[in-house]
Formats: sequence, C-alpha cells, structure tokens
Amino acid sequence: MRANFKNIKEKLIEDLLFIAAISSIVVILFIFIFLMKEGAFAFLENGVFNFIFGTKWRMETGTYGMAPLIIGSLLVTIGAVGFAIVLGIPSAIFLSELAPPRIGNILKPTVELLNSIPSIVYGFIGVVLLLTSLRDTFDMIDGHSFLAGSILLGVMALPTIITISDDAITAVPKDLREGSMALGATRWQTIRRVVLPSAISGIMASILLAIGRVLGETMAIMLVVGCVARFPSPFFNFFQSGDTMTARIASEMGEAARGSLQYHSLFGIGVLLLIIVTVLNVIADLIRVRIQKKVGRG
Amino acid sequence: MIINIRVSDFNLWYGENHALKDINMEIEKNKVTAIIGPSGCGKSTFIRSLNRMNDLVPSCITKGDIFFDGMNIYEKDLDVYVIRKRVGMVFQKPNPFPMSVYDNISYGPRIHGEKNKKKLDKIVEYTLKSAALWDEVNDRLDDPALGLSGGQQQRLCIARTLTVKPDVILFDEPCSALDPISTSKIEDLIRELKERYTIVIVTHNMQQAARISDYTAFFLLGEIIEFGSTLQIFENPNDKRTEDYITGKFG
Ligand SMILES: Nc1ncnc2c1ncn2[C@@H]1O[C@H](COP(=O)(O)OP(=O)(O)O)[C@@H](O)[C@H]1O
Ligand SMILES: [Mg+2]
Repeated sequence: MRANFKNIKEKLIEDLLFIAAISSIVVILFIFIFLMKEGAFAFLENGVFNFIFGTKWRMETGTYGMAPLIIGSLLVTIGAVGFAIVLGIPSAIFLSELAPPRIGNILKPTVELLNSIPSIVYGFIGVVLLLTSLRDTFDMIDGHSFLAGSILLGVMALPTIITISDDAITAVPKDLREGSMALGATRWQTIRRVVLPSAISGIMASILLAIGRVLGETMAIMLVVGCVARFPSPFFNFFQSGDTMTARIASEMGEAARGSLQYHSLFGIGVLLLIIVTVLNVIADLIRVRIQKKVGRG
Repeated sequence: MIINIRVSDFNLWYGENHALKDINMEIEKNKVTAIIGPSGCGKSTFIRSLNRMNDLVPSCITKGDIFFDGMNIYEKDLDVYVIRKRVGMVFQKPNPFPMSVYDNISYGPRIHGEKNKKKLDKIVEYTLKSAALWDEVNDRLDDPALGLSGGQQQRLCIARTLTVKPDVILFDEPCSALDPISTSKIEDLIRELKERYTIVIVTHNMQQAARISDYTAFFLLGEIIEFGSTLQIFENPNDKRTEDYITGKFG
C-alpha cells in the first residue's frame, strides 16, 4: 500500500517535470515560428536582396533596406567589444593574479554590481556625460555617434568580460603555475604562456557573451547613437550618427500598423538577428571543440 | 665528498605556524637524499625552501640560510629565477601544461630565450631520452600532453625539468599518484639520474626510501629528528621516534 503510494508520487513528480520542460520548449518554438512567419513576409515583399543590401530604410517611401542597420550594429559591436576586451581582459588578469585579496574582495562584487544596473540608467549617464564630452572633445554637433554607442555598450559589456575571464583565470590549477615558476619563469611569463592559454576557452566564452549582450542591447544605444538609419561614409566612420538593428525595431514598433510592410520588415530584422546569434553560438561551439582537441581536456 | 646544498639554522613560518625549526643539513652531490616523516611534518615545505618556491606563499617568513653551490639562496638581492633553474622540481601530481608534448618540453628553454628550432628539437629529444620516454612518445610529439598516461605525464615533467640544465632535482612524492609499474619506472629513472644530478626526494613510502636513497632524513613536527645514511637509519636508528616511525608504529 505504502510502496504503491510512493510510486504514484514518483510518477507525479516525473510528469510535472516533463510538463514543465515541454511547455518551455513549446513557448520557445511558438515565438520562433511566429517570428519566422512574420519575418518571411519582409523578405518576400521587399525582395531578399533589396531587404538585406538596400541602403535606405524609409517608412515615408516604403523602402526597407537593412544595410545601414546591419553596418550600424556591426560598428557598434566591434567598437564596444573591442573596448571591453582592451579594458576588461587586463582587469581580469589584475583581479585574478595580481590584486591583493583585500582589494580583490572589494573590486569583484563592485564589478558584478555593475552588471545589474538597468541599461536605461547607463543610457542616461551616456546622454549626460558621454555625449557632452564627446561633443567638446571631437567638436561634434551633439555627440550622437557610433563612437558614443561603442563606448557606452563597451562599458556595459565590461562586467561580463571581467567576471567570466576572471573566473576562468582563477580556475587554472595552482600546479600549472608552480610547474612554470619552478622552471625559472617569471610571474608574467607564467601568466602569458601558461595561465592565459589554459583559460582561453573561458576568455573566449566571455567575449562571445559580450558580443551577444552588445548585439541585443537596445535602450541605451537608442539614447546615444542618433537613431538615423543612414549608411556611414566611409563605412567605418565611427563619428557619424546612425542606428542599429535592435534600436530600429524598438523605435518603430509602436507606430507600425499590424500586418503592414513596415511591421513585417521589423520582424525581418528580428529574423536576421536570430540568425546572427545562432551562427555566433555555432562558432563558439566550434572554437570550444578545437581548443579541447588542442589541449586535450575540457 | 662534495656538498651541493648546505642548510644552516633554517626556520620557516606560515604566519604564526612555525613549520620548520632550526634545520641543519648537508646534501651531497650526485646522491639521493630521501626525506621521510608523517604528513604535515614539513617535508614539502622543506624541499620547497630549497628552490624558494615558498616565496609564492604570501604569509611565508624565513630565517637562516641555505647555501647552494656556495651562494646563499636567501640573500636579499639574489636572482631567484636562476636558483629555480638550477634547482628543478617535480611535483606530487603530474602537472604537464595543457599543450603538446613538444611545447611542454621546449617551454623551459623558450622562456629562457632559446628560439633556434634545431636546438629546441635536440633538447626535446635528449631530455625525453634521459627521462626514458622518447620511445613511447617520439611519434606523438604534437599530441596534447594530457593525453598521456599518468606515469608518462610524470616522466614528461621530469624531462621538462631537465631542459633548463639543473644541478639538483627535487621530487615531492613523485609516485604517490601512480600505479606500481609506473612507480618502478620512475625509481629506475631516479637511480640513473643521480649519475648526473643531485636528488632530494620526499616520500611517504618507506620501502621506496630504502630502495633508492643514499641518505635519509626523518622529519617530525618541523624538526629533523635524525639524518644519516639510509642504511644506518633503517637498520640502526639512534632515535626511538625514528625507529617507531620506520617500523610503522605511527605515521
Ligand atoms: N601554503 C601554506 N600556507 C600555510 N600553511 C601551510 C602551507 N603549506 C603547508 N602549510 C603548513 O605547514 C605545515 C607543513 O606542511 P607540509 O610541508 O605540506 O607537510 P608535509 O609535506 O610533510 O605533509 C603544515 O602544518 C601545513 O598546514
Ligand atoms: Mg607534502
């Protein structure tokens, strides 16, 4: 009798877990199908080539070409992630290898805290401090630019890079450092040639996560990039204002009539974003497999 | 009889913990000196003092001197990297770097400035042969070192130590993570290596100390209780505590 009751309880728990798992998959699948269905119209109605490579995005004339948005996202991502790498990886090395415990114990939680500040707050700070100082330093009209977006999103991506790289570096076994030091290597040689290569998959992971975060960021970038869908000239001109894929969706979604070409085109941007993020994930996996092959462990 | 290392009134503290107390010891060149004693008695701390690896522990303070080849390695402005080159170390757990066999072995020479590929090739072959590993790995030099067996990894670490031309090699329980066959290979290797190097080995294994060492020091609670020829220590110990430890009364 008791055993029977136990069995029923076990079965019930199993079923509940199964339902939970299935429903989250169903929800994701639903979003995916919806996005694909709505986005597909954009490619059909605008024409695949024109929609992706068209250099004009104008709702007044009904022309929707994503090229300015794609290049905008690309510039901001490269700029921001570059900024975050250049500042973040040395910071991670400092925190994990050189900082005295007392300083590390203050800095690490502070960096983690930066991660939980809402992006709109970063946006405000960007408008108040960043735009004005860029305007004054580079003699710009109002500071709205890819440069402003890169710096702001770079700062926002810093905690991701720092905390994950720091964890990866800290996780490198003490044995390896000692093995290197015992051969007469200096601290720096040990860091550069043994510790960092051993932590490389974690460092790469932090960079890819940062790319994902920057690519998906919307509120902060809307406030500083200028929100004009214009193809920069030359195409790497960080001083021009422009727009990114996510920011464009957010700024037009409210006014787009359901089922209109504009509406479908915004979903089309979403589809492209999804594809990019998927490709990034595949690349991340490939890198991980390659690194594992080379060093012989996970 | 040539003394390679002379330890003179050496003391070491980890913070408040007085881990080594007034150690005096002479280590003879081209001999194997074994360090035995129960765990926590300071064996690792002692051999890590011989190449200043304890510098890496922030709370560590020392008093007294250790002379290697006539120079005081605890002298203030001494180049500790030179000492670590000349006094190599093999650890308890094999610790190959996560790189290829070749890169592991050539690591030492490369950090000390050797770039010539031919010379590096020669060093790799010579040291792998010295570590009795060449026949097993010469066709997989580009494979990850972590793919080797535990015993092979430990011999790789020995080969890696040889690449920077040390005079002394310190072994900290090098076989404690290995099976009996790998252990006997390492013991054979140590017997060969003593022709060219001075060897200090920490071991938990009494038979191992008896088999391979010429001298044995018995440590207890951070002090040397007895130090003498291995034969004397095992056959005819002077101190009751040494006898008790060797006969397995405590440990
Ligand atoms: N890195 C360290 N920091 C603080 N205390 C240590 C450290 N390493 C060892 N000790 C302490 O020093 C004493 C001797 O340890 P150790 O030399 O490792 O002994 P053994 O190798 O004989 O087992 C122990 O009390 C141990 O707790
Ligand atoms: Mg020990």
